Amino acid sequence: MITLDHVYILEGLMFAAFAVLSVRDAGNRKRFGNSGFWALLAMSFLFGSQIGDFANGLLVLALVALGGTGALGLGKPHTTTAEQRRSSAERRGDAIFLPALVIPAVAIIGTLTLKDVSLVEGKEVTLISLALGIILALAVAMVWLKPPRLAPLEEGRRLIDTIGWAAVLPQMLAALGAVFALSGVGKAVGTIATTWLPLGHPFAAVATYCIGMALFTAAMGNAFAAFPVMTAAVGVPLIVHKFGGDPVIMCAIGMLSGFCGTLTTPMAANFNIVPAALLELPDRDGVIKAQIPTAIPLLLANIVLMYFLVFRF
Amino acid sequence: MWTLLGIAVVVIGFVIRLNPLLVIAAAALVTGIAGHLGVVQIVSAFGKAFNDSRYVSIVWLVLPVIGVLEREGLQERARTLIGKVHAATTGRLLLVYLFLRQITAAVGLTSFGGHAQMVRPLIAPMAEAAAERRLGTLPDRLRYLIRAHAAGADNVGAFFGEDIFIAIGSVLLIKGFLQQAGIIVAPLQLSLWAIPTAILAFLIHGARLLLLDRKIRRARPGDDA
Repeated sequence: MITLDHVYILEGLMFAAFAVLSVRDAGNRKRFGNSGFWALLAMSFLFGSQIGDFANGLLVLALVALGGTGALGLGKPHTTTAEQRRSSAERRGDAIFLPALVIPAVAIIGTLTLKDVSLVEGKEVTLISLALGIILALAVAMVWLKPPRLAPLEEGRRLIDTIGWAAVLPQMLAALGAVFALSGVGKAVGTIATTWLPLGHPFAAVATYCIGMALFTAAMGNAFAAFPVMTAAVGVPLIVHKFGGDPVIMCAIGMLSGFCGTLTTPMAANFNIVPAALLELPDRDGVIKAQIPTAIPLLLANIVLMYFLVFRF
Repeated sequence: MWTLLGIAVVVIGFVIRLNPLLVIAAAALVTGIAGHLGVVQIVSAFGKAFNDSRYVSIVWLVLPVIGVLEREGLQERARTLIGKVHAATTGRLLLVYLFLRQITAAVGLTSFGGHAQMVRPLIAPMAEAAAERRLGTLPDRLRYLIRAHAAGADNVGAFFGEDIFIAIGSVLLIKGFLQQAGIIVAPLQLSLWAIPTAILAFLIHGARLLLLDRKIRRARPGDDA
C-alpha cells in the first residue's frame, strides 16, 4: 500500500541530493550552511518517525541555528541563460505547458478515483495523488525535453535555495501551535475574551466572535487553532445559548472570519511568506500587504452578514 | 495568563523583523516555561509536532519538475501566450484565476493551483506580461506588486472557495466541534452558509484586481508606481 511514508522517503532522498550537490557548489560562499540545512531536512524526512520526539526536537534546533543565523546562501547550479530559454520556449511551443498541467490533472483524478482503492492510504489520497502527479510530470518532462540527467536536482536546488530557511517555516509554525495548545494558550485567550469585553448585546457578541477569530488566527497563523477556542468561549455560550443564534451559520461564517486573519499574518507562512520567497519579492510582507485591503472589508462584511443571518434562521 | 507571553514574543519578533525561525523557537520556549513545562518536554513536544506536520512540506517535491520546465522556457512561453490575447490585462487575468480557483476549491479540487506549481511558473509571469504589453519594461515596485497580487489571488480563491466543499478539513472540524457541544449538523448546511461570504470575497477582491489595472494604466515606465 502506498502511504505518506513513501512520499516522505522520496522527499528525503531529494533533500539528501540537494545537500550533496550544495556542498560541491564552489560558487556559493555559504555552501556548507546550505548543505547542512538540507541534510538535516533529509534526515527528518527519512528517519523522523524512528528517532523519537526529543531527537526530532534537537534536529529542529539545529535547523533554527543554521537558518536563523544567516548560514544559508544562494547556490549557483548550472542552468540555462535567458536567451536559451527564449529560444527554447519558441521551439517547444505551448506543449511546454503539458507537463505542468499533468500535476493538477493527476492530483485531481487521483483524489477522485483512488479513494477506495486499497493500493493507496485512503485518508491521504490527496497528498499521495499530488506526489504521483509530480512523478509523472517529471517523467514526461525528462523523456520529452531530454535535459541533462542531473537537471531536475540542480534546478530543484536552484529553487529551494531561493526559498531558503522559509522552506521549514510552515512546519515550525505548526509545531509552535502544538506547544501553544499544550501550554493552555487557548484557554487564556478565551478567558480574556469573556471577562474583559462588553458582550451584553447580540451585535457586540457577534463582532467580538468574528474579530476574535481573525485576531487569534493572525496570532496563531491558523484558523483551525482559533476556532475551538473562540467558539467555546464566545460563540456557543453567548451567540447560541444566550441570544439564540443558529450554530451552523455562526460556525460557517466564524471560520471564514478566521480566514480573513490568515490573509494578514506572517504566521501563515505557507500562504504568505513562502510565496514571497518563491516569487523573489524583496519585501517579505509583500503578499500580506496586497491582501490586507481585502481582508479588512471582508471581515466587516462577515460581521454584518452574521449579525443579520444568525438570529434569523 | 503568562502563557500569552509567547504570542507577544511572536508579534514583537515579526514586527521588528527578526528571523522568524529564531522568533518561533523563542516563543515556544517562553510559552512552554510559562506553562510549567520542562525544557526537555518543550523540545520533545516541538520535535513531535514538527515531525507530525511534515505533510505541509510535500509541496517541495514539485520543485525539480518546475525547475526543469523553467530551464526549458516555461515562464517565457507563459508570457508569449498571454501576449497574444489582446483582451488580457493583469487584473482581468487574475480575476479569471481567482474565479477558477474558487470554483475548483468549492468542488473539492484544492490541488488546482498553489504557489509553487501554478503561481510562480504560470500565473505570475502571465500577469507581468499582460502589464508589460502596455508599459514595456515594468518599474520594479509595480512588478513586485503584480507578483504579490498573483499570490494573493491564489490565497483568496482557495480560502473562500474550499469551505463550500463538504469534505474539507475546516468543515469537518466544525462538525466535530459542534458534535462535542451536543449540536448535530450536516456538513452540507455548513457548506451552504459559506456561500454568501464566498460571493462577497469574490466581489471585494475582484474589484481590487480591476483597480490594480487602473494603477497599471496610470503607471509610466520607470515610475516609482
